[in-house]
Amino acid sequence: MQATESDNSTATAPAQEIPLHNDASGRAAHEGSRQPPSTPRISIAMDDTRTVRSLNVKAAVDNLNFFYGQHQALKNLTIPIADRQVTALIGPSGCGKSTFLRCFNRMHDLQPDTRYEGSITLHPDNLNLVGRGVDPIEVRMRIGMVFQKPNPFPKSIFENVAYGLRLRGVRNRATLAEEVEKALRAAALWDEAKDRLQDSALALSGGQMQRLCIARALATAPEILLFDEPTSALDPIATAKIEELISTLRDQVTVLIVTHNMQQAARVSDYTAFMYLGELIEFDEAAKIFTNPSKKATEDYITGRYG
Amino acid sequence: MSAATTAAYRNVDALRAGVTRRKLFDKLFVVLGLVVMLTCLAVLAVLFIDLVRDGAPRFKPEFFTHFASRNAERAGILAAWVGTSLVMLVTAFCAVPVGVAAAIYLEEYAPKNWISAAIEINVTNLAGVPSIVYGLLALGLFVYQFNLGQSIVAAGLTLALLILPIVIVATREAIRSVPNSIREAAYGLGATRWEVTKDHVLPYSTGGVLTGMILGLSRAIGETAPIITIGALSFIAFLPQSPIKGEFPFISFQWLHDPFTVMPIQMFNWVSRPDQAFQSNAAAVGAILLAMTLLMNGIAIWIRYRFRKTINW
Repeated sequence: MQATESDNSTATAPAQEIPLHNDASGRAAHEGSRQPPSTPRISIAMDDTRTVRSLNVKAAVDNLNFFYGQHQALKNLTIPIADRQVTALIGPSGCGKSTFLRCFNRMHDLQPDTRYEGSITLHPDNLNLVGRGVDPIEVRMRIGMVFQKPNPFPKSIFENVAYGLRLRGVRNRATLAEEVEKALRAAALWDEAKDRLQDSALALSGGQMQRLCIARALATAPEILLFDEPTSALDPIATAKIEELISTLRDQVTVLIVTHNMQQAARVSDYTAFMYLGELIEFDEAAKIFTNPSKKATEDYITGRYG
Repeated sequence: MSAATTAAYRNVDALRAGVTRRKLFDKLFVVLGLVVMLTCLAVLAVLFIDLVRDGAPRFKPEFFTHFASRNAERAGILAAWVGTSLVMLVTAFCAVPVGVAAAIYLEEYAPKNWISAAIEINVTNLAGVPSIVYGLLALGLFVYQFNLGQSIVAAGLTLALLILPIVIVATREAIRSVPNSIREAAYGLGATRWEVTKDHVLPYSTGGVLTGMILGLSRAIGETAPIITIGALSFIAFLPQSPIKGEFPFISFQWLHDPFTVMPIQMFNWVSRPDQAFQSNAAAVGAILLAMTLLMNGIAIWIRYRFRKTINW
């Protein structure tokens, strides 16, 4: 676990760590009375006996409800997303984890008749991502997404990575080339792609395509990177590469990943949320969820009894 | 499962007999399909060969460089093919932008409610409206109301209306074949709807759009009824004004307002003559029209093939 860059005394002086109840954690981000609003803290404890790890909060989900027409798909979700950590969302099919993930970059706005309630507050500037007055395009420019099936554009490798920059008005060829290289390096694709930047992205293998999609998302320096089951269409070797990549990414970006694969969640995530039927059942450090979950349902799921 | 039925299912001889019988029907269908398909092709081939044979004496360069004449030997299709080309040009310039824009709106922008459903049904229905009805509409609207007269632009607009549904349907089909995951990828990077359309949806569906355009034009090129309705002349011994002028501004659109004739009308005119010699002329124009249609459809297929090869979802 990386060290927190913090001006808060609780992080540097273990003696002052405060135990907190789960339901207080999300709200603390908002009210944050003693801290400046720009640096809320994450505080997790499921019971009074454990002490708290304190980290910066990148996004605070507070009482989030989401509706497809009349159908409520997400119910009262309250989860803090730790800055530059990997948070995994697990749960059986149809539990709403992908729906939840897509709230972060307002993908639901592309469908008619969808509605958000509650808030996802992005820090440090306290922007409510699902707020009515907030432009989904601005949200999507700040929060990147990698999809389940690799979906490169049928253009050259270079153009795929450069597209986000072009949308931001970057025209300078040297700048584009530099940023594309940086993104491809960050996505561990540079060595394989550097000699074929002008080739069609569709000529890449599935795993390479997915890393290209990660590079495409990274090129514009997103604040949060969303992964929607990024390895479900890949073979084990490509999957291992992506997982390794996600682990290295946590130094530069906050990662939120939906996965069906329990081992994957255990391997890559720092925090894990278990969802069931649109509700949050348990949220905790990954180590705790996978070794000693406090809820029976979580234990049943991670040991494969249902799902 | 009882022992008796189990035994029946495991009788290998019976299985083989069954397979042989079922494969017979398989083969029968292949034969039937081949016969039906070849019949269609044969009809087309016979028609084409017949036209070519009847028109054979007219296939000389002069046929393309002479105006219509009272003398069948000397009569050519200069005015007709120039007229057809210019009318097609106007048709393409009007139908393609309007049709593509309408298709983009319907597919990417229109909310999915009963109004768009009604529009969709009507667009599809428009493709089935008899062409003479378009002729009547054009006569009232373009010729009299807009005072365009019996001109190239009036004919071009009429045919543009006629092929608009074809262009719209083909373009929508092409747009729909762009996977949603591609749109999501672009939206996910912060693209607006217009940016998604212009950077992704349209470029990736160009093949389908071009195919639709060519299929539409190949329908328009043979249309006679609406053009006769708006009053195209059938005997013309002059060309429209040249679009390029010697003096400033060098480009003129006066030709749009010139009277004209087109190939199907020329053919109709010759067919209706009592003089047997003109039947040769008619057959020759028919063969040329047919060849042009086949060529255009061939190009459409080739374009589709090319785009399928470069973009394979």
